Amino acid sequence: MTNTVPVKISAKDVKVFYGDNQALHGISMDVYQNEVISFIGPSGCGKSTFLRCMNRMNDTIEHCRVTGSITLDGRDIHEPALDVVQLRAQVGMVFQKPNPFPKSIYENIAYGPRLHGLAERKADLDDIVESSLRRAGLWNEVKDRLDQPGTGLSGGQQQRLCIARSIAVSPEVILMDEPCSALDPIATSIIEELIDELKQNFTIVIVTHNMQQAARVSDRTAFFHLGNLIEIGNTNDVFTNPTQKRTEDYITGRYG
Amino acid sequence: MPNSKIGGHYSQAYDDELQQAVGRFLQMAKLAQQQLRDAMTAFTTADLLLAKQVKQSDRQVNSFEVDIDEHCLDILARRQPAATDLRLVLAILKSVNDIERIGDMAKRIAKAVLRAVPESRPSAGQLDTLNQMGQDVLSMFERAVSAFEQMDAKAALAVLRDEKAIDSTYDDIMQSSLASMMQDVQQIAISLQVSQVAKSLERVGDHSRNICEQAIFLSKGSHAAHLSDAELQQIVDKQRD
Repeated sequence: MTNTVPVKISAKDVKVFYGDNQALHGISMDVYQNEVISFIGPSGCGKSTFLRCMNRMNDTIEHCRVTGSITLDGRDIHEPALDVVQLRAQVGMVFQKPNPFPKSIYENIAYGPRLHGLAERKADLDDIVESSLRRAGLWNEVKDRLDQPGTGLSGGQQQRLCIARSIAVSPEVILMDEPCSALDPIATSIIEELIDELKQNFTIVIVTHNMQQAARVSDRTAFFHLGNLIEIGNTNDVFTNPTQKRTEDYITGRYG
Repeated sequence: MPNSKIGGHYSQAYDDELQQAVGRFLQMAKLAQQQLRDAMTAFTTADLLLAKQVKQSDRQVNSFEVDIDEHCLDILARRQPAATDLRLVLAILKSVNDIERIGDMAKRIAKAVLRAVPESRPSAGQLDTLNQMGQDVLSMFERAVSAFEQMDAKAALAVLRDEKAIDSTYDDIMQSSLASMMQDVQQIAISLQVSQVAKSLERVGDHSRNICEQAIFLSKGSHAAHLSDAELQQIVDKQRD
């Protein structure tokens, strides 16, 4: 990634406190447009916490306090005039466990666009549902049963349904928090393939415990440890020749 | 090999597997060193029995190569090594080829001994020169393996620099062989033998060079092949954070 690529999200000195407990100690980094960046690190290192800062999901946690600045396309996401619901449409999220709404496949996708007023007519909504499912690589598997419950799909299909749901509201960034940890290797490969296609149109930030997955899917990798960003670099460099000993210890499976 | 660079995994078995790869690699290198030493002794003393032994021991070097290849393949498939571990496995896989080729060169020298006609021996001067070149090359090979073992980029670079001296000895030997061939037709068989041994030794120098480049890659994480001295120096001086 060179500096000519536009910065999508820029974080400066982001600190997060859960009550008295400080979870992040001043994280600064840029996420570039149309890149796939992965966050790796041991449990409790702050990678998910930082991911959740990017669409203000931490707002929903009581006693959680975030300081520092995060901008999306140069605009501060904490500014009072900003509509958080709108922010979360722009910066979508896919979780570890697939969490389709207990509604039909169609409604799972249509819900967001309807909420955000993206479709005036039923035909527009149908289009969004189809194109979102196509982009998530799920259309052919579900086109004949759109009225069936989303929860009836397999785990991998449910996860792609959730990805389709986040795509449906035309986001710019998709945050993925361990999107494959509940999936089998084939479903995982399909999602990884999908991530590769999605980066044409979206910026993707993925948190993963699976280092091989980070190595496979991401352009850049950031290593977190004890609430600090230890190293960020091109994925190739990080996995063949990391600059920091702590990164090396972690990715090679050594005691720090 | 510095244990701190290999050991320390949560998995003791993984530590052991890497240690084993290194251990077998060093054993193979020792064997090739002995082969080369014996081949040169056989050449300078016209010891046919020793030459035969060298020729036969090449099989052992070859079986080491297959064994180490398979062991490294296992590690790649089962452990998916990263960072230093990955570079170590790759550097071993590559350097094993060089050592196998060095074994071939020792065998080639042994064959030259076996083929030679007893009455046409090189002169004492020629034997001295080749013997000296053999010792220089052997020492270069030994230091290359030691730099690899210690993951010592600085030592590896020092060995790389010595290779130039070996190349110039080789050029000298070739020139004087050519000159004696032109002066005296009777000298052709001897001079060809001398050139062949010198060529084999020069190739050992090249392979030692490759091993040094792998040692630098292993220690610094940057490719060291096809670079100028200044570029190599820059890589070697690079400090890790």
